[in-house]
Amino acid sequence: MKTIKFLIEKEFKQMFRNPLIPRMIVAYPIMVILVFPWAISFEIKNIKIDVVDHNKSTYSRRLTEKIEASRYFILNATPPDYQTAMQNMESGETDMIMEIPSSFDKELIKNRTSGVGMAVNSVNGTQGLLGSNYIMQIVNDFSSELRGELMHTLPLKTRASMIKMPKIEILQQYKFNPALDYKNFMIPGFMVLLLTLICGILPALNIVMEKENGTINQINVTPVNRIVFILAKLIPFWIVGLVVMIISVSAAYLLYGLWPTGNIIAVLLSAIVFIISISGLGIIISNYSETMQQASFLVMFFILILILLGGMFTPISSMPTWAQTIAYINPFTYLTNTFRMLYLNGSSLADVSGNLMNLGIIAVVLNGWAVISYKKRG
Amino acid sequence: MIEVKDLHKSYGRHGKANALNGITFTVKKGEIFGVIGPDGAGKSSLFRILASLILPDSGTVTINGFEVIKDYQKIRQIIGYMPGRFSLYQDLSVEENLKFFATLFNTTIEENYYLIKDIYQQIEPFKNRRAGALSGGMKQKLALSCALIHKPEILILDEPTTGVDPVSRKEFWDMLDRLKEQGITILVSTAYMDEASRCDRIALILEGKFIGSNTPQGIIDDYSEILWSVIGGKMSTLLSVLRNHPKVKSSFAFGDKLHITVKEGLQTFDLKQYLLNKGFNNVCIDPIQPTIEDCFMALTS
Repeated sequence: MKTIKFLIEKEFKQMFRNPLIPRMIVAYPIMVILVFPWAISFEIKNIKIDVVDHNKSTYSRRLTEKIEASRYFILNATPPDYQTAMQNMESGETDMIMEIPSSFDKELIKNRTSGVGMAVNSVNGTQGLLGSNYIMQIVNDFSSELRGELMHTLPLKTRASMIKMPKIEILQQYKFNPALDYKNFMIPGFMVLLLTLICGILPALNIVMEKENGTINQINVTPVNRIVFILAKLIPFWIVGLVVMIISVSAAYLLYGLWPTGNIIAVLLSAIVFIISISGLGIIISNYSETMQQASFLVMFFILILILLGGMFTPISSMPTWAQTIAYINPFTYLTNTFRMLYLNGSSLADVSGNLMNLGIIAVVLNGWAVISYKKRG
Repeated sequence: MIEVKDLHKSYGRHGKANALNGITFTVKKGEIFGVIGPDGAGKSSLFRILASLILPDSGTVTINGFEVIKDYQKIRQIIGYMPGRFSLYQDLSVEENLKFFATLFNTTIEENYYLIKDIYQQIEPFKNRRAGALSGGMKQKLALSCALIHKPEILILDEPTTGVDPVSRKEFWDMLDRLKEQGITILVSTAYMDEASRCDRIALILEGKFIGSNTPQGIIDDYSEILWSVIGGKMSTLLSVLRNHPKVKSSFAFGDKLHITVKEGLQTFDLKQYLLNKGFNNVCIDPIQPTIEDCFMALTS
């Protein structure tokens, strides 16, 4: 007992004597919560569009203005022909082209129907898809507006049948994140990201640092039990992880007013279980590496897998089966999911107990492995 | 008491790099046993096996009755190991390092202070300084204090004086003498041949084999060659001229002198004449007593 206390004391002394690490532990979460939620967003905005208006009527101008007024689009230019617009797209000045035919207004009045041509640069698939969806919405809106206005021009009989036609309108109701604020969705994910980085990288570099400095030889010739040694290595990082978590929860509240709608204790509890498992992974990497370079390379590789296959950026349900299998044993998946449930859905501790149990199993396996893979003799 | 029998160790996937090729020796209680050899001879591998840090491929090591493979936990209680590289925590202070290792061995600085007093007193004025900021000699003293703090019966010191200035080296050996008086068995390795005379017994190691083992005087007494020193002229040309002489068996540079061994029957004035003919006028040739290094050279050739 005395030994482990002294070993932990030593770890903290070393940590605080390093001029960078204590500052990083405080500054890192604040920076990540402050900066990234603004930049990492899948909302597609500011799509540049060229409108080729062959019609030049009031109707076509109204449609153009409607597009320009939308928050999704920036009207780049109104070139005289399609070729010029295409050149603009090729040079990257514009992302989309809408071509309004010269007979647009005539057809609208005569046939109550008309078409517009669309060309979308879909190098960025999401942007292309969402952009054309947004345009479709605007055009649909425009046509129903026109329908109301042009009703009186119809012959009486047709008008009556048209009014009798059922009209379906979709009213969307957004649950859990009513303002559709992408930040609310991403911030819990960023918290998991932070814990993964800090509690994964620091332990991974720790034992290997003792190897590089040769101090591990001095430790190995002492009668210290390896479970005690590894625990003394892990516990400081558990505490660091908890501090990081408290800082990020507070930063999210102070900066964005984001507070878990569910149980805050559950947030911290699941964070602790996650920290335990991820720092176990770090120690395993440290045990198998001989140099800092190897360890940092390995830990980066694993963290990348954890993050990209952890459902933070892309939903796991749309991944191929093999990736879903990885996501299933990935602690990142469970904590991201748990945090989103607690932050957005207002879940209780009981709701996330399944995730917590899986995290617990991962933690036991990884830490057991961390102890076994540490060898006091080579 | 250390007993080593037929120790083998090889590294690499197919055991291509042989570090130890059958080493056998015995160290008696309370003696200073020196393992002397050039870099890469296998000294560190041998010491790491004795310190229970790596496993040998074959062979047995018994330290005070404990088998190093089976009873490694007991071994760790009774040995004090000091690796060749300074391996204490550079970011902890002198006192913190000492306290740290005392605690890991379930003891305190006070309990065994008498053992390290001589050594530790010299660095005590700097006890709040971080170990990384100490000079080479002071680092060595701290490392020795840390290796001694749990009152080991046997000290295993891997090249303790490498990279330390001559004065500190001498001081260090004086400290070992005092520890020996306390009954501690000391196994020490070094690449400095001149330190051999400070040991009770030495073993010369080359390519993972002991090529000779005796008291320093015994090693010198076993030397059967005729040894001369040659001074004068341009060393490098003199060396090649001497090597071309049919009756000169070997010649090596020793500082500002050349040491040569010659076949029987050659007289110093014969050689002097020979060198004079080759254009060396101021040559001084004297028969000399061999040093350990001469013995090492003779044993390796």
